[in-house]
Amino acid sequence: MIAAHLPALQIVVPLVSAPLCLLLRRGDLAWALALAASWAALGCAALLLQQVLSTGPISYQLGGWAPPWGIEYRIDVVNGFVLLIVAAIGAVVLPYARVSIAHELPEDQHAAFYTALMLCLTGLLGVTITGDAFNLFVFLEISSLSSYVLIALGRDRRALTAAFQYLVMGTIGATFIVIGVGLLYMATGTLNMLDLAERLPPMAESRTVLAAFAFLTVGAGLKLALFPLHFWLPNAYAYAPSVVTAFLAATATKVSIYILLRFFFTVFGTAYSLELVTLENLLIPLGVAAILVCSTVAIFQTNVKRMLAYSSVAQVGYMVLGIGFASTTGLTAGLVHLFNHAMTKGGLFLALGCMVLRLGSVQLDSLAGLGRRMPLTMFAFVVGGLSLIGVPLTAGFISKWVLVQAALEQGNWFVAGVVLVGSLLAIVYVWRVIEAAYFRPAPGGDPAAPNAAAPGGEIVEAPLSMLIPTWILIGASIYFGIHTSLTLGVAERAARFLLGGGA
Amino acid sequence: MDALGLYNYWIAIVLMMTGFYVVVSRGNLVKKIVGLNIFQTSVFILYISMSKVSGGTAPILAEGFETYSNPLPHVLILTAIVVGVATTALGCALVVRINEAYGTVEEDEIQSQDQEA
Repeated sequence: MIAAHLPALQIVVPLVSAPLCLLLRRGDLAWALALAASWAALGCAALLLQQVLSTGPISYQLGGWAPPWGIEYRIDVVNGFVLLIVAAIGAVVLPYARVSIAHELPEDQHAAFYTALMLCLTGLLGVTITGDAFNLFVFLEISSLSSYVLIALGRDRRALTAAFQYLVMGTIGATFIVIGVGLLYMATGTLNMLDLAERLPPMAESRTVLAAFAFLTVGAGLKLALFPLHFWLPNAYAYAPSVVTAFLAATATKVSIYILLRFFFTVFGTAYSLELVTLENLLIPLGVAAILVCSTVAIFQTNVKRMLAYSSVAQVGYMVLGIGFASTTGLTAGLVHLFNHAMTKGGLFLALGCMVLRLGSVQLDSLAGLGRRMPLTMFAFVVGGLSLIGVPLTAGFISKWVLVQAALEQGNWFVAGVVLVGSLLAIVYVWRVIEAAYFRPAPGGDPAAPNAAAPGGEIVEAPLSMLIPTWILIGASIYFGIHTSLTLGVAERAARFLLGGGA
Repeated sequence: MDALGLYNYWIAIVLMMTGFYVVVSRGNLVKKIVGLNIFQTSVFILYISMSKVSGGTAPILAEGFETYSNPLPHVLILTAIVVGVATTALGCALVVRINEAYGTVEEDEIQSQDQEA
């Protein structure tokens, strides 16, 4: 009985927990509720993916209204996989949030923070699960509006301007998506994605459909920080509270990439996106530019959070490259990197959050000598950094390996070279942090010297409630670098589904 | 189907470009929100225009009326208006907070304050 309603529960549980968090008022109670809800969401996502893998796509009719009239939730291998990523990150980040948020936010904002976080999780899960184009926009706005609030909670006043900038860019992006959906409705008279996919091919030459395609691409591009539409991202990630940065970096851009995939391959179909509009001529150059430009910019950052934010834009470039190849291998690379990067970047930002807790800042200079004083946190950062570079035995290596394979399959030596250069640039920016933490003496020469920014005096290791989630994500980025059957297997099935059965 | 007969689409395009231009060109954060609102409104008009059936009345069942406008886009736009209101409210709240923190809502003054810090 309950199993039949899993798709609805996936959304309803976090959605209902959000206002309850606000009603509870007390930060610790709200935290406990949010924790329970996020774990329930993870359970739903895991069961759904298992069900999809064994019995094929699930269609759920909300309120019993049959598609294409009613809103349909449709879960196949692709969004089952993305649902699991989003829910897993939510479930790992919440145990971490309690101490980190208690440190970074005033007491009276805690309940509101968890409300916004759960709304954001609801929105991201909703975007992923829905099979209705307009419903997708509504969930997208739920997640976006709550993420503007979350970013604005940062302690630095620049968080406010960053959130405002993101609000303007994000609203333009979302409005572009509505325009695109509206034009599609105008041409076909339906909003259900599968129904759209059936009705679009006969009118592929129509200018309305072409305009819809353009609006949707640019709108989703703004949301996923596709180079050169990424200007909102570095500031937003740099000044948001640490937990929020980790959560958004690991989920928000990934879900936007999913939107792009869904529209390109399911709604418009491979034939339209790649043969008629020749999208790869747009995606591959933009991906290459993102990798080269943003990795280089990352090298010159002195704020480590900002550095990783630029690196995120570069990593989005890898995923877009994978999509641009439009081969099974390419899409597999894109999807696997989506998963691996979520683990790696989430873990890295959580490690940075531990440093913020003890140091009060993540400026490169303040990290001097940290390797001795916070060995576990710093080592987590090193391992995450290795995965970011793509060293063998880490998850980052697997996705880059598949990506290079996809490039060579098409004889594209240039792109394969770019992927390698991107890794070299990543070595430089990760090394700058390692050099500061391990090879520079702590300020004042005394490794145990009290730091002005840490009121507790001596800098000690972060508490276990923060270290364990950090190491879960970092551990995952090692585990999935060695045992690739789960990630690669699912990603490959998803890629085949998108190219073959989805159109 | 002459171009002028579709004048409501022209209005939507003009509003869209006006709003977009205001967002991009103005440094005052309040004006940016105003621009954003105009930009969103143009989409409302686009949706409402497409739902109009010539000679159609409001979609209420009554005797003597056979042709109705398509109600679905109206409902969609009702949702989009709510989203727009929420965005505006949040944007305004952020502007108030920015004004408290910086003492100004001009983008260039905020930037110069950030660079000094």
